[in-house]
Amino acid sequence: MSSRSEILGKIKSLKLEQKPLPETPVFAVSNNLEESFVKSILSNKGEIWTLQELEGKIQSGSFPKVYAKVPEFKSFSNQELPSDPHEFADLDLAIIRGQFGVAENGAIWLEDSDLGLRAVPFIAEHLAILLDRNQLVGNMHQAYQKVGMAESGFGLFIAGPSKTADIEQSLVIGAHGARSLLLILT
Amino acid sequence: MKPESPHIALFIPCYVDQFYPEVGVSTLELLEKLGCKVSYPQGQTCCGQPMANAGFERNTVGTTRHFIETFKDYDYVVAPSGSCVLHVKEHTPSIPGLEKEQAELHHKVYELTEFITDVLKVERIDGSYPHRVGYHASCHGQRGLRLASSSELNEEPFSKAKKLLENLAGLEWVQLSRTDECCGFGGTFAVTEEALSIQMGKDRLEDHMVHGAEILTGGDMSCIMHLQGIASRNKQTLQFKHIAEILNEAIS
Amino acid sequence: MSHPVQAAEFLQDAAKAKWHDETLWFVRDKRDKISHTIPEWEQLRELASKIKDNVLGNLDIYLEDFERNATKNGIKVHWAKDAEEHNAIVLSILQEKNCKAIVKSKSILTEECHLNPYLEKSGIEVVDTDLGERIVQFLNQPPSHIVLPAIHLKKGEISDLFHEKLHTEKGNDDPTYLTQAARVHLREKFLGAKVAITGVNFGIAETGEFVVCTNEGNADMGVHLADVHIACMGIEKIIPKRQHLSVFLRLLARSATGQSITNYTSHFRSPAAGREMHIILVDNGRTAQLGRETFRNSLKCIRCGACMNTCPIYRRSGGFSYESTVPGPIGSILSPGLDLKKYSTLPFASTLCGSCSDVCPVKINIHEQLYAWRQEITKAQGTSPKSLSMSLGNGIFKSPLAYKISGTLMRAALKTLPDSLIYNPLNTYGKSRDLPELPKESFKDWYKKNRG
Ligand code: SF4
Repeated sequence: MSSRSEILGKIKSLKLEQKPLPETPVFAVSNNLEESFVKSILSNKGEIWTLQELEGKIQSGSFPKVYAKVPEFKSFSNQELPSDPHEFADLDLAIIRGQFGVAENGAIWLEDSDLGLRAVPFIAEHLAILLDRNQLVGNMHQAYQKVGMAESGFGLFIAGPSKTADIEQSLVIGAHGARSLLLILT
Repeated sequence: MKPESPHIALFIPCYVDQFYPEVGVSTLELLEKLGCKVSYPQGQTCCGQPMANAGFERNTVGTTRHFIETFKDYDYVVAPSGSCVLHVKEHTPSIPGLEKEQAELHHKVYELTEFITDVLKVERIDGSYPHRVGYHASCHGQRGLRLASSSELNEEPFSKAKKLLENLAGLEWVQLSRTDECCGFGGTFAVTEEALSIQMGKDRLEDHMVHGAEILTGGDMSCIMHLQGIASRNKQTLQFKHIAEILNEAIS
Repeated sequence: MSHPVQAAEFLQDAAKAKWHDETLWFVRDKRDKISHTIPEWEQLRELASKIKDNVLGNLDIYLEDFERNATKNGIKVHWAKDAEEHNAIVLSILQEKNCKAIVKSKSILTEECHLNPYLEKSGIEVVDTDLGERIVQFLNQPPSHIVLPAIHLKKGEISDLFHEKLHTEKGNDDPTYLTQAARVHLREKFLGAKVAITGVNFGIAETGEFVVCTNEGNADMGVHLADVHIACMGIEKIIPKRQHLSVFLRLLARSATGQSITNYTSHFRSPAAGREMHIILVDNGRTAQLGRETFRNSLKCIRCGACMNTCPIYRRSGGFSYESTVPGPIGSILSPGLDLKKYSTLPFASTLCGSCSDVCPVKINIHEQLYAWRQEITKAQGTSPKSLSMSLGNGIFKSPLAYKISGTLMRAALKTLPDSLIYNPLNTYGKSRDLPELPKESFKDWYKKNRG
């Protein structure tokens, strides 16, 4: 007998009582989504920037290798999307656009089509995300309603920069992935 | 209180009977001061908790049967111990032939403070007790009987013991850093995990001491016996009293 | 060794034990604070628990749905009835790809299956990429906590370790500096691995996708650079619908570390073009636990670690004292199901204080199950209360006082035994505690005299 049928058979033979799925009620959310969202991002150690600030930093040479997926920064983009993500190993900055943000925790939803390559938001030394300030929801229940039955092969909530506290619980930003999350509300 | 003056039985845990008779006396006197008619069925024995917690619930059929027979005819059974009350309600084997009595009894057994607040509906106790008092919330009363809000839960804060103590003139309620952490007694745990038990006890004492408690009180003498034992061994000056003693003294 | 022996050893280093207790308490405190900002917190716990009830009653159906949908999306689904089969599946994929070095992100399941030593025997280099896991891997230790793998180590120890392994400056114990060194070291491993292994936080029956949560981004770094992604998932990790993620994700990170969400929550639905994605569904004792009515809902666990942080025993005895892959309260109710004899002291490593059950985001009645395991263990060992004074199983009951302490026998004993015997080291209770003074009369005597 295959393990598949053995496992499923064992479960079926238990004839367990079926309990109904509960309905998730509607919970109240913040009445100032932008304010809550910004607060959440900051507490996740993300940073709030303006378009001008980012432009200035790029112009001043802070980020030599830039990949911009968004039209706003196309002129600053000096890297082509490779077919092999390894070629982005020394990428300094990736600029992408998020689909929407969640006020209660600062999470930003992204799909394959927003990323170019799935590795982009992780392998870049710094990550900038543009987000339409009108695209905010209150909590995760609303977030998944918005995601709906989207069929992207990969979907991702990013809520801050790569971080760890594995050494004596001291927070360190920049574990393996992007060392910063620069959020620009547009 | 029902006008027809219900029959209230005192359920005195065996270790209280043996080691802390004054707690039994205070419980009795306190209830009498609050207008209750109380009797103490003299045939009572240990409720079987230590056995059950050690993994021998099945061996407590005899003690459980005896418990039911001793107490089944009373309207209420009141004990100065959250731990023993929880045991008889939740950890006793079902007794053939006495199922009905057993089920009824589970609704009639009360820990002392909950009996005063929930059955006697006492809103406040007036009296005087000019001391700094730290309250040790014993886990079985705390999370088992829900005598107070649990620090883990997102609920309205409440404490039945605090409600009874807070209006006593001069009593200062000591705010602990960890309001409802276990003291490490745990019945057989005190022996089987001796090192942990002692460390937990020391940590609990420390919390009371650094916050300036003069008297440590609580609803369970088992925890207090353990804490007192450690304090006494280490020559710590804290005093120990069951909440029944404080309330009884305060209103006399 | 039994839990009491391990715990006593852990407490020997008093300063470190205190630090361990306070650090984990701090994490629990953060969890309390953030959970209090969510008015519907208790409702969410109830919802999560109910959703899991539904899952456990329909696990076969959800697994079949999951398999069908995942397969449709191009994920290759494997089934493993036990650890050996799981390991063999992983190895066969690696061999097929001719892969000699892999990166792995936090997966308690692969720990449970002892995958690392198995692969290493076949000449495969396994690199754990979560910082804490990499640290303990360097030390040849298992994680001591399911969320905070290296919580038993102080930064000085990690500094020495990194000095040896990664040639960091001697004595530099700055966490930022040490993390940076690990970043450089692991970056190279990420770039070199053809296959990446991850655990799974949630598998969604409705969509066939699975979700992985990290703060470091190590799971994603691994899988998006590798040609092949192997995800290892216990069969109980299934949830019915994508919408249900909202309930669990609101609870998970808040319960685990007191943050509102992990910084990365990745949903894998199908492989990227030209890549492969495998998922291994593992039983390894889970269907047996599902068959045990009293212990069934231990399978609701979402591995947040909150019951460890809150446990007054765990905080003072460390994760290794449990000698099981999952330590702490939840480990103490899962492990006896795997090996009753080996883990027989774990359900006794508790005062039944109940804090774990109140903190648990899926409302597992952990402390009640600890009590229930005790009953099972004494039965299986064929012990009777009379033999308590002899060694029971692994010798947890060292003293007859264990049960006499609250019995009426005690008073008689105290009366007749000389102090020297009561305070004899064998009489464990009195070792570091004074016994109460004996009153002149019992309550019963008083009552007879005064009210009789
Ligand atoms: S048992 Fe509950 S608290 Fe413990 S790890 Fe699992 S989900 Fe978290």
